[in-house]
Amino acid sequence: MGAGHTHGSSRSVSDGLYVHGATPLHRLPAEVKLVGLLAFVLTVVATPREQAWAFGVYALLLVGLLATTRLRPGLVLRRMVIEVPFLVFAVLLPFVALGERVDVLGLQLSVDGLLGGFNILAKGTLGVVAAILLSATTTPRDLIVGLQRLRVPALFVTILSFMVRYLDVVVDDMRRMALARASRGFEAKHLGHVPVVAKAAGALFIRSYERGERVHLAMVSRGFTGTMPQLTAPSPTTRQWAVVVVAWALVATVAVTAVVAGDRTAWLVVAG
Amino acid sequence: MSPVTTRDEEADVALELAGVAFAYPDGNQALFGVDLLVRRQERVAVLGPNGAGKTTLLLHLNGILGRAAGSNAVGTVRVGGVEVSKSTLGEVRRRVGLVFQDPDDQLFMPTVRDDVAFGPTNLGLRGDELQTRVDEALDAVGMLRLGDRPPHHLSFGQRRRVAVATVLAMHCEVLVLDEPSSNLDPASRRELLDVLADLPVTVVVVTHDLPFALELCERSVVLDDGRIVHDAATLEVLQDPGLLARHRLELPVGFDPAAVVPRGRARPSPSIP
Repeated sequence: MGAGHTHGSSRSVSDGLYVHGATPLHRLPAEVKLVGLLAFVLTVVATPREQAWAFGVYALLLVGLLATTRLRPGLVLRRMVIEVPFLVFAVLLPFVALGERVDVLGLQLSVDGLLGGFNILAKGTLGVVAAILLSATTTPRDLIVGLQRLRVPALFVTILSFMVRYLDVVVDDMRRMALARASRGFEAKHLGHVPVVAKAAGALFIRSYERGERVHLAMVSRGFTGTMPQLTAPSPTTRQWAVVVVAWALVATVAVTAVVAGDRTAWLVVAG
Repeated sequence: MSPVTTRDEEADVALELAGVAFAYPDGNQALFGVDLLVRRQERVAVLGPNGAGKTTLLLHLNGILGRAAGSNAVGTVRVGGVEVSKSTLGEVRRRVGLVFQDPDDQLFMPTVRDDVAFGPTNLGLRGDELQTRVDEALDAVGMLRLGDRPPHHLSFGQRRRVAVATVLAMHCEVLVLDEPSSNLDPASRRELLDVLADLPVTVVVVTHDLPFALELCERSVVLDDGRIVHDAATLEVLQDPGLLARHRLELPVGFDPAAVVPRGRARPSPSIP
């Protein structure tokens, strides 16, 4: 390990979705956070939708974790906007789903649809907030290190790391091309302008493809033979793993309780 | 093809090209038999108009194009006495450091340090030895302070200096740069000149920035239409208006080559017979 070379120490500018900070969650190695996130999401998804209280407990846990990261609530809310398209579907569900109906404020709504909508809303929101926690406390570089260490296939990690590196470059290219179009009086106003934008997208694709070839040449010139080097970063300590396992145990206890409670209710319904 | 130098002289030769000709697969012939000898510690500028074959020539120096690439190219390239071929590619790419024109093509790792470590890692270096290499190379271009930054957070001039560090970290013997001064503001250009003038390596620069060539390189070769048409002291080349005009080379208006004090070397270059 590169002793004395702490990465991510002197960042003043934005780096992807990363928000600079020095909290325990920021310091936690990415592989631990990734495993924790996956375990949390799977557990949440496995929780029966009828047990609304369980989702309340999950939400409280997440808010508590959020508080330790000192992220501004406004930032988290803004990033949650990504969820909106799914929420639209969740809101529609009670109106379009079939089955038993219930009267809510004078509207005939499907019971199944209401539960389904709540299911999407609760599980989706919990997942999105958990992912925001990860992306806001982990630099793209550390995420790549984490994925490498979790033995995610090297090709995927390489593609991801190139995406992170070249996204800005390609977006800049795109912006310059749009600026050059606008400077010559073009404005995308109606569908008739689609061919122009499509041709620009094609040109951008070719540019990026050619850049890819040049990048490869430059890599080969420095002795690249097909394997990307393993990046270095501090390894997780046993204690850090233990903290995540304990936290997950808490979540799992809630889930198991919810499943058991759900079974009992179902049994009572059947018996009654 | 046998080398044109004797064994005694061989130790003194950094690069030797003999009869290098190359045509692209589409039939476009870019090089027509290039002969070039570059001695150790020499700094040579390759001057020429757009489309003269300059970049094609560069890609021959580390075996990306040419015989080693498996094409039916003609001619031999030797780097420090080692002929570029499939079996010597690894060694040749360690010895010849190629710095591409667009630093965004060269810098692809998440941080500057990771990128500078890429070459030496491919050479098998690990641990403290690797970190020392990275530190040295970043220090040589004055970028040690910004090692933890992602490349896209650096200015263009800083990125170009990091690109130089990425090949210095491989302890290359010959530094080859493609249009190093392009797109740089005057201050960044000067900083790059300062960095390059201090490096104890052989330098080959492809450029049409003639004042840049004059300041950095004692010798210039003019490449046009895939042939080397002139080979002389840079000052001599720049003071020959007829030669410049014939090959679409131009000095900035009002520029007096004789007034420029070329950058010396810390270590005197071996005498050229």
